[in-house]
Amino acid sequence: MIRIENLETRLTGFNLHEINLSIEGGEFFILMGPTGAGKTVLLEALAGLIPIQCGRIYIGGKDVTKLPPEKRDVSIVYQDYALFPHLTVLENIKYGLHFHRLEKTEAKKRLRKFVEELDLAHLENRLPLNLSGGELQRVALARALVVNPRVLLLDEPLSALDPSFREEIRYELKRLHQLYGTTCLMVTHDFAEALSLANRAAIINHGIIEQIGTMEDIFQKPRTEFIADFVGMKNIFAAEFEDSRAIIGGDLHVELGRLPSKSHGYIAIRPEDIVIHRKALASSMRNSFRGVVKGLFDSGFYYEIHLQVGKLTFKSLVTKKSLLELQIHEGVDILFSFKSAAIHTF
Amino acid sequence: MMMREPFFWVTVWCGLIIMAFILLPLIEMMTAPSMPMLREAIQDRDVVRSIWLSIYTAGLAAVISFIFGTPLAYLLARRDFRGKRLVEGIIDLPIVIPHPVVGIAILSVAGHNHWIGRGLTELGARIMGSVTGIITVLTFVGLPLYLHAAKDGFESISPRLERVSRSLGASMFSTFFRITFPLAWRSMLVGIVMCSARAISEFGAVVVVAYHPMIAPVLIYERFEGYGLKYSQPVAVWLVLICLILFFILRFLTLSRKKET
Repeated sequence: MIRIENLETRLTGFNLHEINLSIEGGEFFILMGPTGAGKTVLLEALAGLIPIQCGRIYIGGKDVTKLPPEKRDVSIVYQDYALFPHLTVLENIKYGLHFHRLEKTEAKKRLRKFVEELDLAHLENRLPLNLSGGELQRVALARALVVNPRVLLLDEPLSALDPSFREEIRYELKRLHQLYGTTCLMVTHDFAEALSLANRAAIINHGIIEQIGTMEDIFQKPRTEFIADFVGMKNIFAAEFEDSRAIIGGDLHVELGRLPSKSHGYIAIRPEDIVIHRKALASSMRNSFRGVVKGLFDSGFYYEIHLQVGKLTFKSLVTKKSLLELQIHEGVDILFSFKSAAIHTF
Repeated sequence: MMMREPFFWVTVWCGLIIMAFILLPLIEMMTAPSMPMLREAIQDRDVVRSIWLSIYTAGLAAVISFIFGTPLAYLLARRDFRGKRLVEGIIDLPIVIPHPVVGIAILSVAGHNHWIGRGLTELGARIMGSVTGIITVLTFVGLPLYLHAAKDGFESISPRLERVSRSLGASMFSTFFRITFPLAWRSMLVGIVMCSARAISEFGAVVVVAYHPMIAPVLIYERFEGYGLKYSQPVAVWLVLICLILFFILRFLTLSRKKET
């Protein structure tokens, strides 16, 4: 449905470099990355709202690179809703229908459908000024969908919402996507959002796409240090490989249980995959080390433990209960282990 | 800032002095002429003609500023380009140039010694001593005020509203007239009022370009020179009353805008 070839933009501050991306019809695709990575720029370039330096954009097999935004059939929903403040809810939703030559009855039917679908009937004559965040975003969604776009662009549609509304709109997005099968491209920097909505994603950093793949691939097999860190692989170490072993921090030998690819130079382990124990275990875990607890950080349900081994710091997660039972506090000498299969190399 | 502190009293006293400084002369002048004198003044054909001329030349200057200034104000609000600062500086020039110099500058181009002036004469347009000349001068001095107000208005509208409009199928023209204009009209109106208020008060530049036909400030000046303070006051009162009306419209518009946001 969408094909982007060698796209480059040159704007003050945000540049995109050689963006190549292809999104299937009906797909819910996520674009992730830190603030300032160029996510919004990519969306707006796709919608024709900002000039591009070079490259080609195809939507539905048609080259739209030179088309103005109004000819691209691409709707956009922003984080700050961008509702027209001088128009009522109904007039906002209706806005796009003026420009799509539709029969009156058909236009009316569609309008009613989306007003009902997004439960906005009771707000029809209100101005956006006094609506809640969740209501505003529902209006923005209805306005975007009523013109039956080929692609729906969502620029962090949940970020500005209160947690309760965020849940509601996320559910709404999922439902609408399943119902209408509109191709969606959503920008977010929240991994949980991405996981719950999409099956494929691209990670963008400094205007470059660092990885494209299924959510699982990105989560389990991050391709760069940045992505590993971004998806929560908190233990990332530069490594030298010797057969099936990785040597980190100069003298720590880690058993991989497999031969890593020659180009690889890092290992990464999720903190939840590191097990902490007092006594030596007879287990299937091939890697066991002794470390000193250097720090404990409360992160809600879990404590993040920092364990020092030589020059390296490993991070693990434990519950408060284990913390008490194992009598872990700063300065304690303790054992920790992880399975070879939990080690990711890149 | 605490009340009763010396600093607080300094601020209050300075404020009072400024209030008195502005209001005393105005009140004194407004109350000086007697009612019969005022009535006589407003029945004087020259007075009525000059005030009417002032109003409609100032109004036309505002309309011209509106028509030609709006696109430029929009451009300045929406685009960054090399030399933007320079353009903005040029726009402010009419504000900082001494008023008689403005008149002389305009005559330098519109006079017989310049090809543009000769061209205009051939087309039948006369600047020197004509209504056209007055409007030209007033537009020159009023334009910056309109541009600033309109630019501020456009800047206060999120470009995302226009982007959404475009993506929903509206052309740039439709977007401007359906989204941008309805949201900016109040600022534009404020600009028009400020531009015409500025134009109505212009004297120095007009007197160089067109002593006749006489606009109200020139008439007041002439009466003052010829007959003294007493005879210039009634005309001045009438002019001030009109300026005040403009001023109140402006305040009303800006205040009600603040309430909305």
